[in-house]
Amino acid sequence: MAVKKFVVGCFDDEAVLFPAVKKVRTSGYKLYDIFTPMPIHGLDKAMGLRETSIHTAGFFYGLLGTMTALCGIGYVFLVDWPINFGGKPHFSLPAWIPITFELTVLFSSIGMVMTFCYLCQMAPFVKKHHFHPRSTDDLFVMVIECTEKNNETDISGFLTSIGAIETNVQDAETGWWLGRYDKTEKPFEHKSALA
Amino acid sequence: MASLRYESQVRAPLVNGDKNYHQITEDIVRPIEGNPSRLWWIGFLIAVALLCFGIFSVTREVIYGVGQWNLHKTIGWGWDITNFVWWIGIGHAGTLISAILLLFRQGWRTGVNRAAEAMTIFAVICAGQFPIWHMGRVWLAFFVLPYPNTRGPLWPNFNSALLWDVFAISTYFTVSLLFWYTGLLPDLATIRDRARLKWRKFFYGLVSFGWSGSTKHWQRHEALALVLAGLSTPLVLSVHTIVSFDFATSVIPGWHTTIFPPYFVAGAIFSGFAMVQSLLVITRKVLKLEDYITIEHIDVMNKVIVLTGSIVGCAYLTELFIAWYSQNPFEKYAFFQTRANGFMPYGWSYYIMMGCNVLSPQIFWFRKLRRNVTVTFFMSVIVNIGMWFERFVIIVTSIFRDYVPSAWATYYAPSIYEIGFYLGTFGLFFTCYFLFSKFFPVIAVAEIKHILKRSGENYKQKMDEEEKETPEKFAHEFAH
Repeated sequence: MAVKKFVVGCFDDEAVLFPAVKKVRTSGYKLYDIFTPMPIHGLDKAMGLRETSIHTAGFFYGLLGTMTALCGIGYVFLVDWPINFGGKPHFSLPAWIPITFELTVLFSSIGMVMTFCYLCQMAPFVKKHHFHPRSTDDLFVMVIECTEKNNETDISGFLTSIGAIETNVQDAETGWWLGRYDKTEKPFEHKSALA
Repeated sequence: MASLRYESQVRAPLVNGDKNYHQITEDIVRPIEGNPSRLWWIGFLIAVALLCFGIFSVTREVIYGVGQWNLHKTIGWGWDITNFVWWIGIGHAGTLISAILLLFRQGWRTGVNRAAEAMTIFAVICAGQFPIWHMGRVWLAFFVLPYPNTRGPLWPNFNSALLWDVFAISTYFTVSLLFWYTGLLPDLATIRDRARLKWRKFFYGLVSFGWSGSTKHWQRHEALALVLAGLSTPLVLSVHTIVSFDFATSVIPGWHTTIFPPYFVAGAIFSGFAMVQSLLVITRKVLKLEDYITIEHIDVMNKVIVLTGSIVGCAYLTELFIAWYSQNPFEKYAFFQTRANGFMPYGWSYYIMMGCNVLSPQIFWFRKLRRNVTVTFFMSVIVNIGMWFERFVIIVTSIFRDYVPSAWATYYAPSIYEIGFYLGTFGLFFTCYFLFSKFFPVIAVAEIKHILKRSGENYKQKMDEEEKETPEKFAHEFAH
């Protein structure tokens, strides 16, 4: 994990945000992320993010569930302990459908939610740097990373020119760490002190 | 103006009043940040008292056995399984609202889905209690799980509807919980970022899993919600279908009918929506959320109630018709004697069921009554009483005249502990609901913000002006 310098611009209207994203991308600044209080359809495309594959993962988890159910019931009824139910066939697939279906759904859902939490790095006691407290309330917070090619004053001026109502510069840890939200520990400061 | 998204003016606004994003957060999160009211404490303590009575009743049942309830050889499934099916039915509305209506792109779901999903989860927890404690030797409940054991290994019967039930209900509970909780994460983060008190920062920081609102996370969140909705839709239909199999796959006249799956699902949606109405009519009033759970929402849900109530009514009549048409003496006896004959010991329950479920919801054909909050609340209670009697009729009237006429003399009435157990699940349900309404947002904050500029009253008005002033420019801008 690394500590980097970021310039933060806050927008209060999606209508201003969309053209602003376009301008940031054409101007060559390094767009780090945009934090929004609610999902904004089309923003991922405007930022050039690729489509998520979480549904594909869900399909394979579901397949795993189907196989688990069929193999499990099959093993019990055909191999381990075949029971004669009034002379009916041991391989009674229609009667297995309910459990097979339920396990498909169960595996797919649990798998996808766990994948979601893993990809978004979310769990209890996981803490991240939040650039603006109002990014979960009413502000759309655009974060631009400072590189050697540009400096924060330029970026701040640029953000204001494309419609940001407020800008500031922050040093921030890019990854997550284990911590509590009622305590303000800054793990990256310890790191820099060690270095 | 481009920030507005067009929606026909024919559609009523779903968010009333002059709202902006911050105002939405304020309105919905404020009740959580304040101290609980006196009314909340009274309600909560009553719920806890009921829960304690339920625990007492269940403890007696565990010590002395199922005989504590007035069940006997003829009626082995009395109030207990009636309550189980009733609670499970109630637990269907939440996922229906959040999943099926998400797939159908119904904007009005955003106002009610969070509370309805919470209700679903609590109702399924309550439902699950009944078959578990009904086992009698509850410490052996784990025998229903298939795992390699030292008893043979002796496996459960995968061809049995009762085992399907175990899988269906546990899956339904898990998936509903995941769906509800992933939806809650952004809203919990909103509360976390507003928190002033130390414990609040800690608690909401813990339960919001470090949600940041990054665009990529939202993209995955949306995809996840959509796929979970797609999975939950057949799931919610399967659960009550499988519950109906508990009866339909048996050979008891009155249970052995192929119509049960769709009829049970319609009944489940019917009673579930009624429970949502009962809860939300009070919640919106107490938490002052009338701008978000509007008369429009109540109206739409009443339409669902009249539709599903009529489907259930058709099912009742079909059952009677088929019993007559089959000319099977046992079927005819089950339907025309033990049920529809008002002079039989439980004949009265059939007419309560018919009155509450089929006749009374028909008043919702009138728009004025659909939009009346008092009538809605009253009707929602009536419907749930009717739906309880539906399950009672199905279970008790079908088995009280069993194959041995000498057993017919025994009349079944529940014992105080059986009633206590039922009241205890009310206690459990409302304890959970009171805690939920105090610590979690009862309305999906982020989802309301998402529909604000399309369905908010103030934005719709602005859009209307725009549409009238410059129709050509408007058509150009918003043409599909």
